[in-house]
Amino acid sequence: MNIYLQTLTRDLHSAIHNLSSVLNPLLFFIISISLFPLAISPEASMLSQIAAGVIWVASMLAVLLSLNTLFHNDFDNGVLEQMVISHHSLPLLILSKIVAHWLLTGVPIILLSPLLGVLLFLDNESIKILMLTLLLATPSLSLIGAIGASLIVSIKNSGMLLSLLILPLYIPILIFASSAVSQAQSGLEIDAQLYFLATILVVSLMLVPLVSALSLKISLE
Amino acid sequence: MWKWIQAFASPQNFYQSSEKIIPWLMVPFILLSLAGLYWGLVVSPADYQQGDSVRIMFVHVPAAWMSLFVYVVMAVAGGIGLIWQIKLAFVVAKVSAPIGAAFTFLALITGSIWGKPMWGTWWAWDARLTSELILLFLYLAYMSLNNAFDNPKTANKASAILAIVGLVNIPIIYYSVEWWNSLHQGSSVSVSKVSMQIDMFIALMLISFAFKFLYGALVLMRSRDEVLVREQNSRWVRMLITGSEK
Repeated sequence: MNIYLQTLTRDLHSAIHNLSSVLNPLLFFIISISLFPLAISPEASMLSQIAAGVIWVASMLAVLLSLNTLFHNDFDNGVLEQMVISHHSLPLLILSKIVAHWLLTGVPIILLSPLLGVLLFLDNESIKILMLTLLLATPSLSLIGAIGASLIVSIKNSGMLLSLLILPLYIPILIFASSAVSQAQSGLEIDAQLYFLATILVVSLMLVPLVSALSLKISLE
Repeated sequence: MWKWIQAFASPQNFYQSSEKIIPWLMVPFILLSLAGLYWGLVVSPADYQQGDSVRIMFVHVPAAWMSLFVYVVMAVAGGIGLIWQIKLAFVVAKVSAPIGAAFTFLALITGSIWGKPMWGTWWAWDARLTSELILLFLYLAYMSLNNAFDNPKTANKASAILAIVGLVNIPIIYYSVEWWNSLHQGSSVSVSKVSMQIDMFIALMLISFAFKFLYGALVLMRSRDEVLVREQNSRWVRMLITGSEK
């Protein structure tokens, strides 16, 4: 098995051994969404209007919470340093870690979203669109988040800093994804939004591993 | 040329020579802004649709241009610092951030004051306004990342990377009024065509050049302070402060 697959499975294994680090962001995702009907209104007409936006905001925040663990453990136990000085391609090693992160947060969020969509009275057609936007854009969330995580990995009390760095960069994704669902709800074409999401994904897939490798090297200097 | 840049970019040289440049930026700023204010408030006519409130444009538009310009300068300076390891470039990038944030804030505030009589609302969540707001957030993120590191070298490089990544937002802001149907009016000035009254255009240009000079002067002033702080352990700074070798 090659080193990149090994990195991926290693991250998956360590997640299974430390299940709470995977489950906590997902629990946060569900609980934060369940606050909205309580705070705004339990009425179906109101909830179905805001459902897509609420689910999208909650999934962004959940991904953001889980990003702290992306590089932090490996930084503490020195694995990250070994990755940087090894002869393997650092961008690809990072990409495998990002893929593992997406499998552990993005995929469960996609799988949970129909359930939450039903709870917020989204109709079946819109739920499909919602899942499609999540499928297209949660990988971008993990990718772009990796830039932020690699920038702050050496800071001791990074706390809220990650959200300050990453949320502004997430905003375009949020705009296109939630407008895709709401446009679909009113029966309009959503090709443009989906193309934009796909573009963001392709561009960040190309550039993020390189940028993230560079900033990891800087952080470990 | 290259040698000249490296010589000028040494902190000590910069500190001494920049002092002489500042007046050459401050004086044009004062003259241009006085002329611009006169042209904007007295000479240029009221708009046939917007009346006298169009005059907010003479602050709003230059401030918005500067908010983009300063960000690009910041990212490019960060890139120069990363590639050629020029310390001074990082200093310029760091001190530009608060200035750029101030221009962005000014553009948002004046836009909001202009929006109230024209659109009937202080704020609209449309593409141009939202993307300008994101720009403000990016400036703030840059500043807080820069402050978060203990080691200034890491801070320089890490924040430079963030600035370069955030550069993606600049074309989005610039073209937002063309790409999306927006409440914000389209741009009236482009390279090929100016669609406004000539006196308005003159006033706009005067103020926007004044802002460029102001930015230059502020960057030099703040860079001098920053250089002193960063080089506080070097001999020339000690000599400058105490006036003696020890």
